Amino acid sequence: MAPRKHSHTKRKPLKKLAPEPDLSSDCAGIKSPNPFWLASAPPTNSGPQIMRAFDYGWGGAVWKTLGEDPAVVNVTSRYGAIDIGGQKIAGFNNIELITDRPLADNLKEMAEVKKRYPKHAVVASLMVPCERKNWHDIVKRVEDTGCDGLELNFGCPHGMSERGMGAAVGQVPEYIKMVTEFVKEVARTPVLVKLTPNITDVRFAARAAKAGGADGVSLINTINSIMGVDLDTLTPKFAVGGLAAHGGYCGPAVKPIALNMISQIANDPETRGLPISGIGGVSAWNDAVEFMLLGSANVQVCTAVMHYGFRIVEDMRAGLVSWMRRQGFTKLDDFIGHSAPAVVEWKNLNLHHKTVAKIDADKCIECDLCYIACQDTAHQCIVRPVDTGKKGPRSRVPSVIEEDCVGCNLCSLVCPVDQCITMAPVPTGHKPLTWEQYTKNGFTGYKEVYKRYHTPEKTK
Amino acid sequence: MPISPVSKKTPKTIADFPGLQELNPAMRPEEARVESNRCLTCFDAPCIAACPTHIDIPLFIRQLQTADPMGSAVTILEANPLGHSCARVCPVEALCEGSCVYQQWHEKPVEIGRLQRYATDHLHDARVQPFSAGKDIGKRVAVVGGGPSGLSCAAYLRRLGAAVTVFEAKPMAGGLNTYGIAEYKLSRPEVLDEVELVLDLGADVRFGKRVGKDIPFDRVLREFDAVYLGVGLGPGHDLDVPGEHLSGVYEALAFIEYIKHHDFGAIPPGRTTICIGAGNTAVDVVTQAKRMGTPKVVMAYRRGPEEMPAYEYEYDLAKGDGVEFLWHVVPVKVLGKRSVEGMRFARAASKDGKLTVVKGSEFDVPCDRVVKAIGQQAHGATLRKLSGLDLDAKGRVVVDPATLRTSNKKVWAGGDAVNGGKEVVNAVADGKRAALSIYRAVTGKTPGPEHAYWISTIEGRGKAHGSAKALAY
Repeated sequence: MAPRKHSHTKRKPLKKLAPEPDLSSDCAGIKSPNPFWLASAPPTNSGPQIMRAFDYGWGGAVWKTLGEDPAVVNVTSRYGAIDIGGQKIAGFNNIELITDRPLADNLKEMAEVKKRYPKHAVVASLMVPCERKNWHDIVKRVEDTGCDGLELNFGCPHGMSERGMGAAVGQVPEYIKMVTEFVKEVARTPVLVKLTPNITDVRFAARAAKAGGADGVSLINTINSIMGVDLDTLTPKFAVGGLAAHGGYCGPAVKPIALNMISQIANDPETRGLPISGIGGVSAWNDAVEFMLLGSANVQVCTAVMHYGFRIVEDMRAGLVSWMRRQGFTKLDDFIGHSAPAVVEWKNLNLHHKTVAKIDADKCIECDLCYIACQDTAHQCIVRPVDTGKKGPRSRVPSVIEEDCVGCNLCSLVCPVDQCITMAPVPTGHKPLTWEQYTKNGFTGYKEVYKRYHTPEKTK
Repeated sequence: MPISPVSKKTPKTIADFPGLQELNPAMRPEEARVESNRCLTCFDAPCIAACPTHIDIPLFIRQLQTADPMGSAVTILEANPLGHSCARVCPVEALCEGSCVYQQWHEKPVEIGRLQRYATDHLHDARVQPFSAGKDIGKRVAVVGGGPSGLSCAAYLRRLGAAVTVFEAKPMAGGLNTYGIAEYKLSRPEVLDEVELVLDLGADVRFGKRVGKDIPFDRVLREFDAVYLGVGLGPGHDLDVPGEHLSGVYEALAFIEYIKHHDFGAIPPGRTTICIGAGNTAVDVVTQAKRMGTPKVVMAYRRGPEEMPAYEYEYDLAKGDGVEFLWHVVPVKVLGKRSVEGMRFARAASKDGKLTVVKGSEFDVPCDRVVKAIGQQAHGATLRKLSGLDLDAKGRVVVDPATLRTSNKKVWAGGDAVNGGKEVVNAVADGKRAALSIYRAVTGKTPGPEHAYWISTIEGRGKAHGSAKALAY
């Protein structure tokens, strides 16, 4: 690696950082000093935990879900995780139920937190049986604490769903609407409806929440999951005395699922503009920015905090500030939802857009992972000099047969070197053509921008 | 990389000495990605405790993991305004990396030094000044010495809003970073980048001015509300043997300074260089002599290798460069008429830690250069002119360790002048500690919340970290 280049003779003047952007956030009328909230989960189980989190810099917290007394009983052995390679907790799962503390204790602490931290968002997550009276009662009691909003837990996929609550409500749009209406009849603070991803099309759930009067939705809750089987004991992993129940899956691995559902709701003509609190694998500032670019007003975090503690909000906050400065944004509304319109249906993509892979031979370390991935599983358009009999140094550096490349990205995805394989756009000179137009035109007008009818030769 | 000159012509520029160029290269982005992700993000991490400036290492590494190198650099520089050079010169094996929890697994520790450098390089490449001067508090502070300690103190005092005048004897600031550290560890352009970032905060610098010589202490005490002594150490100790005056006898730092000036014509490689002493500066001498093409370089020390003051990895570097060693010898005489022709030694015996010279054991080693690297004297003689300033028997300034205030209530001191010669990072930590104490003393106030973060790094964030001490940027 060459030393850093110095040009002391003609140096640019030092630049000042742009003024610190305004991170203050408003999600469905719930205000907080920044867009980072703790999700309703073990980290928000008590007042002292939440106050400590606020000291670290969290902008808001959704209290661990409150229910009716008598409080639930939990099992021991509650959490599980999958590690992928060196990455601990790539995915996380839990079978913990809602709060197991008496309602009065939680409400007393909630009032105390609000008193000491008036500017931070304290949101009460709620889950009671689907009866008007039960919901009216708990909403009134909870709002008396001075909390800033309510989140209706229609998402919890384990335990509570067997009892007709949580995801059991979130999977039936009619129930979502009905219970949301019960709450809105008495609520004085904004109401978020927390949605489950264990459903065919999340838009129906979001529409039902909106129809019931919800001020916003939060998603995703966790995904039904079994974390594995112990190959020595032959019992499911993280079992309770040899038996396991499915749990809720979350953590970094679920982020793409969450991003899809959030963009679906952000782009649905029926729910467009409905505030979204984004949840699902947010671990760092850049995850949060992606959620917000696709339409979330803020984000909620749990797994990353359970891995590292509340302190991670420091780098989340600093990273968001750095990025907003780089982009020239001064407030969150400058970018919330910015990228959502770029998520469209497949039929609207341009069939005449063409990219091909480019391999930077100078960066290549000759692992040939791109070669074998393309050869065995993609479109057989990467070749190596060594296979044509060439010997000597650099004979393993592969190259792309550009006219055969379909621009699938696979080689660039497996390459371990940053920016060694890039996907370069190739101008085709053809007017954009979408599948919708193509079929409307009776399957005419497509210019074959890549080799579609390619049959590879069998390797000799 | 070959360590001796490859060029046949008379070497003139640094380019003729591949061995003097950066020993520890920058990380590629892939390396930084892989290495940063090895960090376990320990809580109350031992590496933070081991760093005298208490940089929040897991935080800056997490910022690298999450693609925020600028934020990462700011985290470093908040705690250590000289983090750019410390990333290169710190004895990380003995500090942060030496305490990495991976050591308990007998695994390679996270390469904290190189990751730190990756972050600060990013900031310097972007030419960004992340800090700004504080609102004027109407107080003037004199910083005597523009080395690491003085620069650190000046940086924080400017952020706190004090008017700062730095008195620097040399024509450039940076102290030993600029003049006295092996070229292959830290090149001057890197130092000057860092110095520029500090002085850009608005400190006034008087170059070529020695306080206590060119300017009397009394005047400085009269004209300023407080004085910080970051004067470092003075001239090297003498061998006190005959022949010391001969041409070809150098003080270690003077020898290194030629290299830092790239004045290679002044110190031709010759045939044999003998370096007396076995500390870290001595290693900088012998390795660089070797790397400039001196065929035979000998390090002579009165005790054995197990007692040498240099860090083990420095010793390994010298061995790797082909330096020869003379253990258990004491210098008796520098031989020669006008210039050095050899060195006479006698064997030393050690009993209960006490050295005795073995009678009749004298022997000569021919050489054409002798470098004295047996430590520096404190500036005692000059500092005694400062009234009411207590010094210890070795001429070091006596301070209250919590505040670094001296017996003269207007004077604070830190760095080598107090500790007798430690690392750059210790000097920086002192400058930071003193800046806060000076601010409190001259204003009677506590700094505002925008200073909470760096102040939390004076004692280390430890378990208190996070308690309303969110990063101030």
